[in-house]
Amino acid sequence: MFGDYSIGDLGSIFVMQGFAGLILFSVYVLMALGLAIIFGQMGVINMAHGEFMILGAYVTWMTSNAFQHYLPSLFSGYFFLAMLLAFLVSGALGMLVEWVLIRHLYKRPLDTLLATWGLSLILQQTYRSVFGAREVGVELPQWMLGSLKVTDSIEVPINGVFVMGLTVLITVVVSYVLYKSRWGRQVRAVVQNRIMAGAVGINTEKVDRYTFGLGCGIAGVAGSAFTMIGSTGPTSGQLYIVDTFLVVVFGGAASLLGTIASAFSISQTQSTLEFFTSGSMAKVLTLLAVVGILMLRPQGLFALKVRK
Amino acid sequence: MSDEPNRGLQSPLRRKLLMGAAALPLVSILPRPSFGAGPATATVNTTGLAVTDTEVTVGILHSATGTMAISETGSIQAEKLAIEQINAAGGVLGRKIKFIQEDGASDWPTFAEKAKKLLVNDKVAAIMGCWTSASRKAVLPVMEQYNGMLYYPTFYEGLEQSKNVIYTGQEATQQILAGLNWIAKEKGAKSFFFIGSDYIWPRTSNKIARKHVENVLKGKVVGEEYYALGSTQFNSVINKIKLTKPDVIFTDVVGGSNVAFYKQLKAAGVDLSKQALLTISVTEDEIDGIGGENIAGAYACMKYFQSLDNANNKTFVPAFKKLWGEKTVIGDVTQAAYLGPWLWKLTVEKAGSFDIDKIAAASAGVEFKDAPEGYVRIHQNHHLWSKTRVGRAKLDGQFELIFETADLIEPDPFPKGYQ
Repeated sequence: MFGDYSIGDLGSIFVMQGFAGLILFSVYVLMALGLAIIFGQMGVINMAHGEFMILGAYVTWMTSNAFQHYLPSLFSGYFFLAMLLAFLVSGALGMLVEWVLIRHLYKRPLDTLLATWGLSLILQQTYRSVFGAREVGVELPQWMLGSLKVTDSIEVPINGVFVMGLTVLITVVVSYVLYKSRWGRQVRAVVQNRIMAGAVGINTEKVDRYTFGLGCGIAGVAGSAFTMIGSTGPTSGQLYIVDTFLVVVFGGAASLLGTIASAFSISQTQSTLEFFTSGSMAKVLTLLAVVGILMLRPQGLFALKVRK
Repeated sequence: MSDEPNRGLQSPLRRKLLMGAAALPLVSILPRPSFGAGPATATVNTTGLAVTDTEVTVGILHSATGTMAISETGSIQAEKLAIEQINAAGGVLGRKIKFIQEDGASDWPTFAEKAKKLLVNDKVAAIMGCWTSASRKAVLPVMEQYNGMLYYPTFYEGLEQSKNVIYTGQEATQQILAGLNWIAKEKGAKSFFFIGSDYIWPRTSNKIARKHVENVLKGKVVGEEYYALGSTQFNSVINKIKLTKPDVIFTDVVGGSNVAFYKQLKAAGVDLSKQALLTISVTEDEIDGIGGENIAGAYACMKYFQSLDNANNKTFVPAFKKLWGEKTVIGDVTQAAYLGPWLWKLTVEKAGSFDIDKIAAASAGVEFKDAPEGYVRIHQNHHLWSKTRVGRAKLDGQFELIFETADLIEPDPFPKGYQ
């Protein structure tokens, strides 16, 4: 397949392909981070994760419409405000859901799977009734479209660079919050021993609510960012949920580093295989590899060392 | 106890007022045709369908919920519009059409179950419905067992023909071959890159396209790729496209993947005004989600575009928008769905009967001159003769008509040499 090409051509294709892998990596990290916090730290299997992402996407769509109507001069910057709003709206809904639904189920983690799955169906139908069954098109400011020409033959998509930057930023903030801040210590304490954490004066209910809200808020930001690369419709969230769980479970549920490592290995395997075989074949081989590794290491790539 | 009689008076009165209020919009818009002047029910309905002296019941069976609602909403709207217009024009054999709408919920067994309910319990005279091939395949045995009549609107892969189905969309050869011929001639295209979603319709369509490219156009297929339904990452295949530099990218990606594909294509710097792209899966409906700026310049090959400049379409589009809102768009399948009730009405009137067997026999040769796409006629094989057109996507999400075949193309669901 490479016989007819010059070294220069091949070189630039490999650079672009490497970049494609990095973009996929960022996308995976971004969509898995929120779930990693909720599933990893709280043990809640949040099947409605995709719907929280799409809520962020719809918020972005509404912000974009509002700016077009009322503030067309500031349109080029609306995306930053949209992401902030997406975080707040999804996070607020997450906290509400935690208060109404999830907090009653901490002792029955498997039931959270059913409850949040039901929630995802309810949210989907709500979006359909409110925004219509058809997909909506989110209009982006001109500067976010198109690609950067690095050299004559190497082109890098701007939205990919944007997603990568955003991913790095959010990952840094989240790991700082979880591992350096006082609140993060409380979260980890509650995860390790809820009763003792309560006994030393941590308000576990409040910690739970904010943790869930943070996870959902990050999902909202991810959804907002993905309006650049994917579709926004009532059921679009379903497109992400499988990959998201794959990344989190493969990485080892309780570890942020594991999530990142797993996103990296899955995305690189997938994008390399996609290039050398075909789209469906790449998916099959990637999933086979994941299944194989999980059979050898059921706890995932990285697991917390806990004395049982 | 004492105010019991009072309540007894109030309640029916209130109900009547409510009924009156509910009927008001219809009454005020439509001139009231008088129904019940048609031929006697016993002569036009010998098999016990839901036909009375004044009414006839049909079924509408689409997904109003679930992932397919995105696509099927337009079909439901078109069918309701057609039924309303037929009623305003006096109905079918002097009978007003009443419809029962069922929700297939994007789930194929549900489609089969609801089809059975419509045929067995409601005894509907015809069903307008289904969208995906999977839902049609699920409904087909039910239609054949209980002898119903289905009007199916979607362009599809062919390889099927049934007494109990009228296919108002194009089958694959009808849709694809003319488009490929055009782009080969117009752009001198020799090399093609196929990319599709991974299920029966894109795979069958691409098989037909590949045979045509290789055997008839003497060109080359430099890549053929499929991505799982719902896939959102296309950067690798876009790199492959850049590497192989095909003259034409030929796509049948569907659903949410479509949006991701075109957004990423644009972001990767592929300029569709220079790189020819021919799609058979993007209608005006899909562009709503993709965004005109991401797909402007691409060519689409199908039988109908909202922008078609003919007298029928000029009355159809405003009527549709008046009923469903100024912002709605009309894609190929929506138009094909609109044909269903009309073709059924014309066939019933030709046969002089609602009986399924008589309709099935009378279908061949029925022509609909007021079709928004121009003119259609039902073929012996229950598909439609129709023209194929190529349009070019514009920034505003509409297509500009670039080419149309001079004659109607014969439907050929079992194409020889293409299997």
